[in-house]
Amino acid sequence: MNIEQLDFYTQAILSMAALVGLTSFLMLGQGRLLRLIFVFALQGFLLTLTTVLAAYSLDSHHLYISAVLTLLLKVIFIPWMLRRQVLKMAMHRDIEALKNNTVVMMGGASLMVFSYYVLHPIVQSSSVVMLNALAVSLSVMLLGMLLMISHRQAIAHVVGFMSIENGLFFAAIVATNGMPMVVELGIAFDVLVAAVLFGIFFLHIRTSIDSLDVDLLNKLHEVDK
Amino acid sequence: MNWLIAVLQTTLFVILAPLLAGWVKCCKCRLQNRKAPSVFQSYRDLLKLTYKQPVVSEQASWLFIKAPYIIFSATVLAATVVPLIAVDLPTSASADVIVMVGFFAFARFFLALAGLDVGTAFGGMGSSREMTISSLAEPAMLMAIFTLTMAASTTNLSFAIAHVLGEGLVLRPSFVFALAALILVAIAETGRIPVDNPATHLELTMIHEAMILEYSGRHLGLIEWASQLKLMLYGVLIANIFFPWGIAETLSLEALGYGLLAIMGKLAVLAIFLAIAETLVAKMRLFRVQEYLSFAYLLGLLGMLSHIILEASR
Amino acid sequence: MIAVYLVLLIPLVGILYFALSGHREDTGRMNVRFNGITLLATVWLAINVLNQGTIISTDKAFLIDPFNVYLIVLTAFVGFTTSIFSSPYMAHEKEIGKLSDKRLKLYYSMFQGFMLAMYLVLTTNNMGIMWVAMEGATLATVMLVSLYRTPESIEAAWKYFILCGVGIAQALFGTILLYYAAVQIGDGENALLWSVLYENADKLNPEILNIAFVFLLIGYGTKIGLVPLHNWLPDAHSEGPTPMSAVLSGLLLNDALYAVVRNKMLVDGATDSNMAGYLMMGFGLLSFLVAAILLHRQKDIKRLFSYSSIEHMGLMTFAFGIGGPLATFAALLHMTVHSLTKSAIFVTVGYAAQLAGTQRIDQIRGLIKTQPKIGWGLLIGTISIAGFPPFGVFTSEFLVLLATMHSYPWLTLPLLLGIGIAFAGLFRHIQPMVYGDRPEGQNPIKANLWPVTIHLALVLWLGLAIPGFLAHWFSQATLLISGSTPL
Repeated sequence: MNIEQLDFYTQAILSMAALVGLTSFLMLGQGRLLRLIFVFALQGFLLTLTTVLAAYSLDSHHLYISAVLTLLLKVIFIPWMLRRQVLKMAMHRDIEALKNNTVVMMGGASLMVFSYYVLHPIVQSSSVVMLNALAVSLSVMLLGMLLMISHRQAIAHVVGFMSIENGLFFAAIVATNGMPMVVELGIAFDVLVAAVLFGIFFLHIRTSIDSLDVDLLNKLHEVDK
Repeated sequence: MNWLIAVLQTTLFVILAPLLAGWVKCCKCRLQNRKAPSVFQSYRDLLKLTYKQPVVSEQASWLFIKAPYIIFSATVLAATVVPLIAVDLPTSASADVIVMVGFFAFARFFLALAGLDVGTAFGGMGSSREMTISSLAEPAMLMAIFTLTMAASTTNLSFAIAHVLGEGLVLRPSFVFALAALILVAIAETGRIPVDNPATHLELTMIHEAMILEYSGRHLGLIEWASQLKLMLYGVLIANIFFPWGIAETLSLEALGYGLLAIMGKLAVLAIFLAIAETLVAKMRLFRVQEYLSFAYLLGLLGMLSHIILEASR
Repeated sequence: MIAVYLVLLIPLVGILYFALSGHREDTGRMNVRFNGITLLATVWLAINVLNQGTIISTDKAFLIDPFNVYLIVLTAFVGFTTSIFSSPYMAHEKEIGKLSDKRLKLYYSMFQGFMLAMYLVLTTNNMGIMWVAMEGATLATVMLVSLYRTPESIEAAWKYFILCGVGIAQALFGTILLYYAAVQIGDGENALLWSVLYENADKLNPEILNIAFVFLLIGYGTKIGLVPLHNWLPDAHSEGPTPMSAVLSGLLLNDALYAVVRNKMLVDGATDSNMAGYLMMGFGLLSFLVAAILLHRQKDIKRLFSYSSIEHMGLMTFAFGIGGPLATFAALLHMTVHSLTKSAIFVTVGYAAQLAGTQRIDQIRGLIKTQPKIGWGLLIGTISIAGFPPFGVFTSEFLVLLATMHSYPWLTLPLLLGIGIAFAGLFRHIQPMVYGDRPEGQNPIKANLWPVTIHLALVLWLGLAIPGFLAHWFSQATLLISGSTPL
């Protein structure tokens, strides 16, 4: 099925998928923490838009609730909290020198191809659109992990962690029009608690190693040296 | 009749290019709280340069003197390929987008040679930088354009635009990537911030300006004009490929006039965005340009991928 | 049905009680009481199930069948005995100044939070809620791992948080895929209910389910501690307070495995290929062997036993992967005996570490001479976990070996080899700790070894004879999981 034959809603969802994927790439190459957080908030906003779009076109009320939840959590609360941490730590002027940025980027592109490859069997049982949506969300997850691997700052790790959540959320919205309400509330609760715990952890890490550079957390080994 | 309009369109291109440059400058001044020069200032500059006698170094070969004419005419030829106000024109139908890229490469080749010709340190440095950047920018640009041409199944710009128009409003994920890639490449190729700064002659950072440092008088005027033309070309490419609405599909006077207004409006808006971006973003170090361009390439690649995977029929 | 709500409600009240009440002297004992009442509630629930068979609540939110009912009782039991141990242990930690009142409050509150998450994982019928509860368990325990606030413990907790968080995100993706497969055949709100999915398993799309299972196994497998996703486990076990290690090893790992097996049942229903089984066998065997080898290189006693946990979880995963009735029965039994033995060992290890004032193996010496109870407890526990007869671990490992010989004879060799390596690894470390001379200035401490005794006695009992009702549940669960019964 060609894209021009799809309805407008599907086209919009696909474009949203592309944009969400794009924000993941933007985050991957971002050395400045504040900008990283900004792009993360942007991704959250795109998710909110997608949810509203889905809610509107499917006329499903509980998706509006999850849109509001996303807006509050992913666009406002978490970025605000992270931003405050960065400013408090006076890290907003630091630029993290990313090693092998080009390699990481190309690795990200290969991950995207990989996620299509992994999910390809699905296409036999459903539409291309579903494959796309799921593949993009899987690649957002994988890119989130790559972000965590390639960055050293704890805050970047949290952003990666949360963008993995974003990928999951996108999959849930697009592929299945949201999870059952209880589950969605549960997930939102978990994310909220995780965000608060991360905040507490920043404090602990800072008091223990006087930095948020995760590379300095290297005391424990697989086997004792 | 068609040929007449084609010639007219190219002439419009050449005439309007300094106006666009002036408008960008004007917007930038406003944004930076400076008093803006008139939008027609670029014309006055060009006029002044044509009056002045060019000063040519004793060491310069014939190439140095001929290069501005070659560069200008190559750019003008490139401009004939791009539909400005109407799609169905013989000039743009006879050549495709790869020819346009070829014309650009041709002009750039002579510009680089001219920079080397006199043998000054700056000229050589500028040429080397220019070639580095263009070698990185070209694959990214082709990748973005291929995405587009795959969607339209043609490399001819005129047909591609007609195809996009004929489809109506279709949201294509691949276009999002291609657009972003093309914008990044356009910024690099036209020497705008953050890759190059057209407004300074700071020896450590300049690229384009370093190459043309030895030029004066009407030679300089032609090269400036050619680069203004290039800026407009990229602007028109972006505006007409991704937002082609308004362009004349028939050759009636009314449609053409409407097309002219539309493209001027689109370019004006695009220029405002450019000015805002240039005001907000700082120029990056030369060594980070390759990162920037590999990002553009990546976007182009993603655009192509998402076209193949997301949109192709199966 | 009320019993289920009670089982969930009591820990919830517990969280609020410990979080909101001011500092009190008897918080430890209150914790014991809360866990005791929950244990009673679970016993009531178990009796209900024994009388009525599988229970599904009216809104279908909860499902108690023979597979999870014994795990619920086991969870409550281990929680109860660990709370008995933890009360004087934490009081001691406070006395020597390692903890403040506020942290103690956090500890008890989160202990109940962890128990709540565990009960929810086990009782829920909704695969989505199961994920939420699993993540909840991580969130509840992560603050406990870093309870001492040493740089090491914070590092361990951060690792635990990030690795498990990222890992379990994969499980959510798997769950979403599962839901996606389910909404194609049925209604939306009930589509994630396990009972509904199980009934319609043959209609689910096998392709999607296979992909989903890979993600689910990676996700929950991180929690099980399967190699190569195990890195968090030894760190979290060694740096957190010992009662926490006991419940992590004894309960959390089991419950993660439970989640995987629940999902495997769906996949098995949908596909003919044994892909899920092979995956579990591969990961299980890998974890088993790698952990057995790594046992030799440990210098921290709690890390030593956490690798032993990985080893045993690998064995169980392997057994569930084989999937025949005998192997499944063996795995279910092994889940029980491992959980009992390992929590008992961690309790003794906690005392031993308090006695010696360190967790370093080369500094813990002469336990039998200093305090015979602790020394013998550790020795018998180790003998039991290493798979000596007549303890229950021997029975279950023997059954796993039998099943392997039956289905995949050539895999018997690596299994035997692994058991041998693990045995050697444990004993070369344990022997000098238990025997040997008593170091200067090492004095007996106040230790309550009743939980250990009860656990080990139960394991011994299970090794000699399995009580009728338990055997009934095991064979029912085996029937449910593998499709036929071994008895």
